[in-house]
Amino acid sequence: MITAGVDVGAKYVKTVLLEDGKKVLTGTIGPVGFDVSKSATEVFEKALLNANLKREQINQVVATGMGRKSVHQTPPINAREIVPEVIADAKGTHHLIPTVKTVIDVGAEEGRGVKVGENGGVKDFVINERCAAGAGTFIETMARALEVGVEDMGPLALKSTNVIPMNAQCCVFAESEVVTLIHSKISKEDIAKAIHDAMASRIASMVLRMGVEKDVALIGGVARNTGFLPPLKKELNTEIIVPEHPEYVGALGAAMLAFEMEGQK
Amino acid sequence: MQAHYGYKDGSGDYFIIVDTDKCNGCEKCVKACPYGVLELVENEFDIEGGLMTAVTEEHRKKIKYSCAPCKPVSGERRLPCVLACETKAITHSW
Amino acid sequence: MSEESGEFWRWREYRHTQPSMDWHDAKIITGGVDIGSVGSKAVVMVDGELYAYSVMRTGGVSEETAIKVTNWALEGTGLKTENLHHVVGTGYGRVNVPFANKTITEIACHARGAHYIYGPTVRTVLDIGGQDCKAIRCDDKGKVMSFLMNDKCAAGTGRGLEVFADLIRIPIEEVGKVSLTVTEEPPPVSNTCVIFAKAESVALLRQGWPKERVAAAYHLAMVDRIIDLLTKVGIEKDFVITGGVAKNIGIVSRLERNLGIKPLEAKLDPILAGALGAALFAKALYEKQIGLR
Repeated sequence: MITAGVDVGAKYVKTVLLEDGKKVLTGTIGPVGFDVSKSATEVFEKALLNANLKREQINQVVATGMGRKSVHQTPPINAREIVPEVIADAKGTHHLIPTVKTVIDVGAEEGRGVKVGENGGVKDFVINERCAAGAGTFIETMARALEVGVEDMGPLALKSTNVIPMNAQCCVFAESEVVTLIHSKISKEDIAKAIHDAMASRIASMVLRMGVEKDVALIGGVARNTGFLPPLKKELNTEIIVPEHPEYVGALGAAMLAFEMEGQK
Repeated sequence: MQAHYGYKDGSGDYFIIVDTDKCNGCEKCVKACPYGVLELVENEFDIEGGLMTAVTEEHRKKIKYSCAPCKPVSGERRLPCVLACETKAITHSW
Repeated sequence: MSEESGEFWRWREYRHTQPSMDWHDAKIITGGVDIGSVGSKAVVMVDGELYAYSVMRTGGVSEETAIKVTNWALEGTGLKTENLHHVVGTGYGRVNVPFANKTITEIACHARGAHYIYGPTVRTVLDIGGQDCKAIRCDDKGKVMSFLMNDKCAAGTGRGLEVFADLIRIPIEEVGKVSLTVTEEPPPVSNTCVIFAKAESVALLRQGWPKERVAAAYHLAMVDRIIDLLTKVGIEKDFVITGGVAKNIGIVSRLERNLGIKPLEAKLDPILAGALGAALFAKALYEKQIGLR
């Protein structure tokens, strides 16, 4: 039995094809353009192509993510069910790391904390929504202000050993603050580190409201940022596991849920 | 006078409100806060105002995160500052 | 914002001296310096009347800006900073006014300044600054009864407008007027975050929305956020608006419509409210000092 999970995020669509609820056949990712459902379809069809499958061979599709409604019962993806991100995150992470109890998911526009129960269900959650300073958009905007690529932000931050406080708590104001810091001849490495520290502090604060229980995992696109993990570990005072392909975990969880739903029939 | 310290952003409304007419400057809330969010300042708005509690400049812009430890997602909510105040001068908007 | 974008965010800097006034017979000459995070204002008052002022962008070093803006206000008057009997600094950078005798919170200064600009009937002051938004309730003497200040989030501030002006490539001093040229008000963009509102605006432009429609949507969102903050302290007539954004007719007219209250019209530049209040406090403090009170 083959199931599919489609995670329509704020910036990227991710698709995972899963065989018998165990084996990942393929995962594809693509940007969310102006036409959300078209972008999602493109990513989905690329996954089918990779796995040499047709839509009819997919038994069940579950969608999650900010734009999930646009693929709900809409061909060709035609997701039968849609679930909130926290449910997919818990399920997907639990599948990869059965001992996980706390999941932190930092995407492009939202940061979430999820407490995971016995079978990968959701016990508790906390969301930092609709404020760019608590999500990947913050890193992206700051990268522009520093005139470096987003992928270079992590390595840049890791080179710094200084602590520079950042006053601004808003993406827009932080951008001006970065410009001022550059004019004050503070190095890009130090500024990058300050940016990552500030964001880690915000995410940690949010997650601590839920309580942190081991094992702790970090997923979502921002998990790929090597500069984000060290300050987050420090703020939470715990080891954090980052699964391979962290941005796909939501889609994987959705595919798992699709499998479970089919199994219940 | 009602002094609102905090902000509203995309994720919600976060204000600590100090009623300076009720605040007697006893400093109990300042001492009760485990995170140094509050401080005693001179009431600049009222010449006869005396001392009053305010949120420190450092915390005004991140009050949501500063106060997060006292506001767990589930479980009992006990705000040390509010509990310490005898005149009910301090309240939280969230 | 980067200078290569064409500088649509840049507003005009200016100074002015009241031609009919003379300081030579004055008893008390005071200065008020309001160093905001975006704009700095300096005001010179002669016996409690506005004599000269200047408005310029705050530079990277607040202290330098404080000196520059004050010198510019004094330019051509024959006065020097040392001639000012008393100076009060206010605003975000108030501790960086090296020649200030005292610093006073901008909340108190705005209430006082609003009374000077608009008269003693003022009870609610809405100040929309470059990086903050304040709502102040005051009594008949301009004393603060309640206040709320939001300087964490760019939504509902001048910087939010600067970002937007840059995006649609219309000078910030005209963007308000442009937003009013729509025949029908569109639904507002997401008002929760300037970053997200900007992304939404980009999408709308790509969809073919004309610039004035996108401008209207953005202004509506800003007004929603501002009203939200205002209602927390409550609104009592007379209602006035200060700060640079008070000059944006797109914001002011929508505030009036959505609140159902007409703000008083300013006879003086509303951006000067903070500095005016500071200069008036300087006068009161000096009078106390020399035993006149």
